Parts: sequence; C-alpha cells; structure tokens
Amino acid sequence: MNLSMKWLSDYVPAGDMAPRAYCEGMTMSGSKVEGYEIEGAEIQNVVVGRVTAMERHPDSDHLWVCQVDVGTETVQIVTGAQNVSAGDYVPVAKHKSVLPGGHKITKGKLRGVESCGMLCSLGELGLTAHDFPYAIEDGIFILGEDCDRTLGRDIRSAIGLCDVKVEFEITSNRPDCFSVLGLARETAATFGLPITYPDPVVKGSGGDIRDYLRVDVENGTLCPRYMARVVKDVKIGPSPRWMRERLRACGVRPINNIVDITNFVMLEYGQPMHAFDLRHVGGAHIIVRNAAPGESITTLDGVERRLSPEMLVIADENGPTAIAGVMGGEHSEIEADTVTVAFESACFMGSSVRTTAKKVGLRTEASGRYEKGLDPATCEAAVNRACQLVELLEAGRVVDGVIDVDHASHEGKKIPFEPDWINRFLGIRLSPQEMVEMLRRLEIPVENGVALAPTWRPDLESKADIAEEVARMYGYDKIPTTALRGTAEGIVTPRQKFDRRAEQILLGLGLSETLTFTFISPKLYDKIRLPEDSPLRTSVTILNPLGEDTSVMRTTALPSMLQVLATNYNNRNPEAALYEMAVEYLPTAPDRLPLEKPKIVLGMYGDCCDFYALKGRVETLLEKLGVAGAEYLACPDDPSYHPGRCAVIKVGGETVGILGEIHPEVCENFGIGAKVYAAQLDGDLLFRLHSTEKNYTPLPRFPASTRDLAVICDEALPVAAIEKAIRAHVGKILEKVQLFDVYRGAQVPQGKKSVAYALILRAADRTLTVEECDKAMAAALEGLAEIGAEIRK
Amino acid sequence: MKAALEAIRAAAHQQLQQAGSLKELDDLRVKFLGKKGELTAILKKMGSLSAEERPVIGQLANQIRESVEGDLAARTQALRAALQAEKLRAETIDVTMPGTAPAPGHRHPLSLVLDEVKEIFLGMGFDVVQGPEVETDYYNFEALNLPKDHPARDTQDTFYISENILLRTQTSPVQIRTMEQRKPPIRIIAPGRVYRSDAVDATHSPIFHQIEGLVVDKGITMADLKGCLETIVKRLYGDEAVVRFRPHHFPFTEPSAEVDLQCFGCHGEGCRLCKGEGWIEILGCGMVHPKVLSICGIDPEEYSGFAFGIGLERLVMGRYNIDDMRLLYENDMRFLAQF
Repeated sequence: MNLSMKWLSDYVPAGDMAPRAYCEGMTMSGSKVEGYEIEGAEIQNVVVGRVTAMERHPDSDHLWVCQVDVGTETVQIVTGAQNVSAGDYVPVAKHKSVLPGGHKITKGKLRGVESCGMLCSLGELGLTAHDFPYAIEDGIFILGEDCDRTLGRDIRSAIGLCDVKVEFEITSNRPDCFSVLGLARETAATFGLPITYPDPVVKGSGGDIRDYLRVDVENGTLCPRYMARVVKDVKIGPSPRWMRERLRACGVRPINNIVDITNFVMLEYGQPMHAFDLRHVGGAHIIVRNAAPGESITTLDGVERRLSPEMLVIADENGPTAIAGVMGGEHSEIEADTVTVAFESACFMGSSVRTTAKKVGLRTEASGRYEKGLDPATCEAAVNRACQLVELLEAGRVVDGVIDVDHASHEGKKIPFEPDWINRFLGIRLSPQEMVEMLRRLEIPVENGVALAPTWRPDLESKADIAEEVARMYGYDKIPTTALRGTAEGIVTPRQKFDRRAEQILLGLGLSETLTFTFISPKLYDKIRLPEDSPLRTSVTILNPLGEDTSVMRTTALPSMLQVLATNYNNRNPEAALYEMAVEYLPTAPDRLPLEKPKIVLGMYGDCCDFYALKGRVETLLEKLGVAGAEYLACPDDPSYHPGRCAVIKVGGETVGILGEIHPEVCENFGIGAKVYAAQLDGDLLFRLHSTEKNYTPLPRFPASTRDLAVICDEALPVAAIEKAIRAHVGKILEKVQLFDVYRGAQVPQGKKSVAYALILRAADRTLTVEECDKAMAAALEGLAEIGAEIRK
Repeated sequence: MKAALEAIRAAAHQQLQQAGSLKELDDLRVKFLGKKGELTAILKKMGSLSAEERPVIGQLANQIRESVEGDLAARTQALRAALQAEKLRAETIDVTMPGTAPAPGHRHPLSLVLDEVKEIFLGMGFDVVQGPEVETDYYNFEALNLPKDHPARDTQDTFYISENILLRTQTSPVQIRTMEQRKPPIRIIAPGRVYRSDAVDATHSPIFHQIEGLVVDKGITMADLKGCLETIVKRLYGDEAVVRFRPHHFPFTEPSAEVDLQCFGCHGEGCRLCKGEGWIEILGCGMVHPKVLSICGIDPEEYSGFAFGIGLERLVMGRYNIDDMRLLYENDMRFLAQF
C-alpha cells in the first residue's frame, strides 16, 4: 500500500514530520514501512515562467526564440516545440538545472542563438497526460489554471509535485490498513495525534432511487451487505488536480471523474466501489446471486470467463454483469456518454472471493481487499462519500435514497480485558489505566473489563490479541529481556550422534558435503537406466511444479549426486569427491505421507579414484561407525552400475547398500566424460546395525609367526572366497590374513591368477611352535584345494 | 723404553689427529691399543725390567694408554660431529615448498552454520527434533491457525501433492507434532528443508532451510522471548550486534514480531548493504497463539510459550558474504573447498 503524505495530512497533522522519523515510528508500531520516495526529489532549479515574446529562429524553420520571464529576470530560450504562444505559463529549466533521471540543463547555443535553459514537457518532468489531462504529451506543458502560476516559483510546488510516497507492507490480518483512513488511524495512535474523519454528507437532488434501481440479494451469506446510490445527469470529465495527485501518489492512474471517485473512495476507506452505467443494467434490476451452471461473463479486460455455481455474481435480468468482488463486466463500463450511474458499495465474504478469484485466475485490487475480510459498516460511509465527491466535483446530481440490503452483524467482538494477565504474559508492568489509554488511541473502548473490538478489526479475537495491541503501543523495544528460567538439558539422540559421526568420518576421508534439491525431473530415471517397470519410477508427484525439472520427489538420490558431479565436470574441476546425507521419498498409499528414507550417497571422479578408492572409503566408514561383518558381493545386474564393477554390501544377510563404477551409458547421459564411482548406503539400516560398544582386548604377550602363502586359482574366484577358506580352516590361531599381491602373466597359466597372502599366527597363551605353524599352513592349503586354489610352486 | 712409550704417545696423537674417517680411527686403535698393537708389544717386554723400573714404566704405560684412548675418543667425537653436520647439510630442503597431507573434505556452509546454531541451542537446553518434509495440510496450515482460504496462505506459495498433502512451506508443523507428543516443559529447535513455489534466482530458491524453535512452559513471557532470541543473535553475530523487535503478523503467534539486525555496514543509517533501511530482517517470532496451544491439547490458561523461525540461507549468505543463493545448491568443488 502506497500512502501519500499529503493525503494523510487531510486527516492527521503529520505533514510536518520528517519522512524518516515517520517511517521509523510506524514500523515500530506495527505498520512496516518498506521505503519512501519524495516526489520530484531530483528536480532542481526548474521554475514557473511566462513567455513574453517569441520569434522565429533566423537559421531554422522549426525553432523558436522565446523571451521568458522567470520572475527575477527575463531569459532567452530556444525551443523546437510548436504549441507555445506568447503569454503562456510554462515550466522553465534554467541554466544549471536538473530534471528527473539526473539530466542536467546548462546554457548553450542552438544554431548560433544563445539559449539559457529549456522549456519542459510533461515527460521531462516525469509526468504523463493522466496527471494533467489538458496538456499534450508531445509539446511543452502549458500550465493551466489549476497550477500556481507565480513567476519564479519552484515548479514542484507550482504543480503539486511535492508529495512524499510511503510504501507500507500491510499484513493480511489488517485489511483496514489497506486504506488512507486506516493508516491515518494508526498514525494518530502511534504519534498521539488527533484524527479528523471525513463527514460524508450528501445534499441530494430529490427523486427516489427506487424509481431507478431495484436490488435483490439472493445469497446473504456470501454478500452480507449490498448498498447502492444513483447519480443522474452525469457529466464525464477529468477530475481536479488534488484528486489526481492523490491517486497518482498511491499508484493509481486517473481516468475520469466517476472512475476516479470510485478509486479515491476505495483508497480512502479501503472499500472497493463499482460504478455501473444504468443504461446497461437490464431491467434496472441488480440481482446478487450464485452463477448458474454454464454461465460465463466477459470481464472488463475483454476476456470471457466461465463461471461455476459456487461463484457469486452481480447480475441483471439479462445475466451476470460482474464477478462479485473480483471484476466488473465489459458491458456496464462507464463511458464518455454515460448519464446515469449506480454506485455499488458492497461487502462480500472473503473466502468466497478468494476462491473465485483463484478459480477464474484474476487477482484484482478489489479481490485482494475483499479476501482479507472487509467491514460491512464501511459500505455506508463509502457510498455516501462517493456521492459527496460527485457533488463536490459537480460530476452529476445524486438521487435521494439509499438501497441497503443488510444481512451483516454490526456488533464488534467483546474480548475480556485482563490487565494482570497482559502484564504477566508480556513481562511488563503497566497500570490498567495506561493500557486503557493505549487501546483508546486505537479506538478500542474498554468498559467493565471488556474490550470492544471495532468492526474494522476482524483480527481481534482473544485476550492475546489485546495484549499485542498494548505491546505495540507500549513499544516492543520497551519490553524487558529476561533469561529463560529453570534448567533443561539439550539431548543429542543416538541417531543424531550416529549421523554426526558418519559425516565426520566422510569428511576425514576427503569427501565434501553437498546439499541438493530433493525434487527432480522424472527423466532422470531414464538417465540412470531404471527399467520401465522399476517401482522407483513411482514418485510422489507435485501437482503444481515450477517445471518438469522439479516435478517429482526423488525415489533415489543417485541422479542428484550425478548431476552435481556433472556440474563439476562441466566446470572443469579435475576431480571431485562428495557425499550427501540425502533423503529419498517413497510413496506409501494415496493420501498418506510418503516414507522419507535417509541415504548416504558418495560420488567421485578424477585421477585420484577408482573402484577400490571408493570401496576403501565405504569400508572405513562402516568400520568406524561400528558396523561389523560387511560382505561385498559382485552385483552384475544393477542397471545404473558397470556390470563387472559393482558390489552390493551385505551385513548379516541384509543389504545395506551398493557401490561401484557408474555405467558408462549413465555417465554419457549426464554428460560426464570421466569414470564415476558412487555408493548408496541405507542410513536407517546402518544405524540399526551399528554399535558404539568398545571392549578392550589385552595386548599380545607372545610373539606372532608370519607365514607367506601364494596360490594359483581361476581368475573368476573372488579373493574374498580365498580368505574365507583360509579363515575357516586355520582356526583361532589365525590373527590376520593380509593380501599382498595379485599377479597375472608369465609363469601363470592363462585364465588364472596368483594370489599371495601373509598369515599372521599367534596364540594368546604361548609362543607357537614351528610344528603348530606348519600344521596351520597345511590346513589352509587343504581348505584352498577345496575351492580350486593350488599352492604356487 | 720410556722413550719408546713417549714415541707411541706422540705418533698416536699425531696420526689420530690426521685420521679422516671412523674406519681409519678404528685401524689406529688396533694399531696402538689392540692386542697386537704397539703398546701391548712394549708392555710385553716389561718382564725384562728391573724391579725399580717396572712400576715406573707400568705407570707411564697406563698414562700413555689413557692419553691415547682420550685422543681417540676426542677425535672420534669430533669426526662424528663433522660427519653428522655434513649429512644434515646434505639433507637440507626448501622449507617453503608446500606441505602434503591427506586432504579432508569440506563441510557445506549451510551445515557449518547450522552446526553452530545447534550447539548454541543445545547449550541452552533445547533438543533438536525433526519432522517430515512432505506434510499434511493439517500440520502445515490448519493446526497453525491457518484454515483453508486464509489469505495468509497466499504469502506461502505452496507445492501440493494432493488436496491434503503438500511440501511443507515452513518448519512450524514440527511445533504441532512436538506439542502432540511431548508434555511441557518443551524446548526444541527443528531445523529442516522447506519448499515454496519461488523461481530460482540469486536470492530465491524453491527449497531452503528454516530453523524452527519452540518453548512452552508455565509462565513464559514475551520478555523471555526477547531475552532468548537476543542471546542467540549475540552468540551468532557477536556481542556488538544490535537487534530490534518490531510488530508483525503470523497466524500462529500472538503477539508476533520480526527481528531486525542493525546493519553492520552503516549502523542503522541506511546503506547499499541493507537497501537503505539500516536494518536487516533475520527472523520471525512470537508468543504461541492460544488457539494453537488448545489445538495441541495444551491448556493456554496454564501454559504459554514462544516460537521462532530463522532463515538459514540468509544467515549463511550474510556470514560468508555469498551473493548468490544458487551457489549453495550447485555444489561446485571450488565453492565447497572454501569452507
């Protein structure tokens, strides 16, 4: 909401306040100021002048040489404009003046003739023909009688370009503040100033409105109040300068006197007004009713809109003429030859207007006001004010009588006023009298322990609301600050500790943390080669996404990681090692919340990494988290991974994750020209399987014996199987098996490999004898033979 | 014989001085002091001496042995020191060359600041709790005193999954879930992702993070709210931080406030950093609306509380002078490596 300080000053003597202090005060009492702007602030040294003489430029057939009286002197100015005559009053930008946009004007010569400044057009002063309808836009602005034509006067005060526009952020609970009077009330309360409300008295011109118009309200719930007055003998014309100025400062374009009056009253009272041309009201009968099935209307903006029965319309006997509270129809628009006008001042139910506006896709100034809930009591003042202005502007003659179909309650809410409770709640100490005085400034009367909410304050419902009124009038800044009483212990849950530990380990392993968008494009499922029938293709889908790229909640966090890696690759980062504590969203049942599944996702590319670099990190992560007994089994059938370089991770038969090299086709799909390695781990499962328990084992007191062992086996035999066989056959004196070499090539037959281990043997209670060690090695060989691994000779 | 002994002393002394390596020294030791060495050879002839001469020569021989041994030790030590010095000299490196270390990963800036926030609150006795991101309309709006068709819903452009399921637009639903599950006293924060239908640009993102806070107990006052939040702001921004509380409106708190931080650039005068306002809005807060307490089964006559919501992105961008929100979700290594 933009407020004109000039307009505000019509009701509250706040015009002399420094804009900054005013804005600060209003912000602190609850009407947040976003900023303010001083009109014409840039204009300097531009004054009112009068052209005393003019002659043609000796060297040009379109330039004029004018002598201009600027009060203190007469200056010579050359102009190319053709609409100036001797005797005209004009805006003169003198030598060393500044125009809007920072344009500097200095004296100079035009085709050899000295020109000591410039005569200005509307545009050069930052105005349009809407501000001064009698002026033309492609010529000099000839000042009319509505301007102060004292020679030498600063042009800003001469034409009223000296207002201060204050921009307020009005919260949705204060529809009353979407008006000059509402803000005037807040201003008066904030600064303790008196307020003078307009007194909308209509003289009238006889006649009886019932001879002109009939109104029936069929739905009193959606339309609690409908008022109308009629104006005859309308003379459409421009409105006066003071009205145009005020509209302009509030950001509304002046159109003609009748339309300007409706806008003026809307801004002044916050009450949307509509003016019907009575010629176009069929049967001179307004019916406020729900739309009939299949009905449609062409709104003022020329668009045909389909209506549905829950929408409220203003209709005549021929059909809908306006969507109630949203927009008028094309038909009843005010035209240059309009002679009889009906002003509508009505109150519609906020939620209904909101739904209707949303459904027809039209948000207007009026609907924005209605949907917040307007005060039915304002209808009356507003419609009379409009008629009063008609009389003031001599825009027509007001017919006697008012139509008022009133289903509204005019009772303000009664709220308990409990000063002790308010003091306790806010942590302050004010006397009841002080509180009552604060509320009085807000026009909230208190009687017998009851505060009576004004009808324009639908937001006041409970004693907490009254407490807020007191708090903001007292000043939030004056409320003391106290420390929380009592002791409490912030508890970190085991799960939070687990997550924190996991992240510390990952960071220590050289992986950096990423955060990604949790909604993705369903096309990414294709990119990671998910099969058509994969259950992961069923996502939680957003009904109104910003675009396809962000339209479904991911069922797998892998594509997010790949996108990040692709970004890094495209940004020419030579390597990246990343992790995300991700969430995946798995649908459950319709209209039930999905399962939000935590996943730890790792991703790497670059020279520094290969499958084993990734696996080593995963192994370390699991080990450090206390997840014991992880097995890595070749997984040739995950479509996103390289079939020969992928493993599932199992702990006690449960799959905790997968890791491997990303399938080259997937890399290509993401535009990554490097080998990518990724792992996806199930956060919940790891948490369930992990243990933080530690138990001290005494340090060995007897020496270990180390024996080396090299075997030859089929290429396809996993080393995990060899290790398993050794462990199974050697028994408990085997302290450790260490793989130290895998060799293929000369001396090893085709299709075979040589694998070498160091076996560390130790007993806790004695030094092992040579015989014991030999026996252990023999056992190992026996076990290896069973799986087809022969000792290398 | 005496002369022969003195000759050995002189020769040993001289030759030891000239020895250039530990090997030479060892050879000399054998030559002079060894079992077959010169000194031993002379001592073997002691038998031919008279009884008077024997102790005199014996004493002299011992003196000479000690002297040679002393020379040998001194020379050995000197030579070792020289060799060590030479070795150290040879091992001299350019200490200005860059160091090497396994490079640890980088924590995301949003997490860095969130960790700090959590720590502050844990110290003040707050638990950290979580709630679902895909939420019901009830928890995200209705229970927070935002019934259907409430105009304030428009300020939070919502992504819907179905009529009653949506992506939470705020972390406030966690307030409701917490109050349903716990009895007062309650002190929690609930950090998390929230979603609003805003197109991506330098200052907007459809996904961002909030940190919700809730305190419910007997006798909680608005002065407590101010005290608690002022403490937090000072911990986060330093003791010199100046804040102001000004009235605002949230449907689920009453009274409601927004908290502004005085601009560090201009101390409230207005500059480019704060867009001329002098203040930068950092969080919203208020006393929990009695309706909300009632909805959660907490008697507003017995209990009161306050709630607040802090925007994490703004905090992080201010802290590290990040001027484009998109960087936070792009995860470029060159960006991440700066933290």
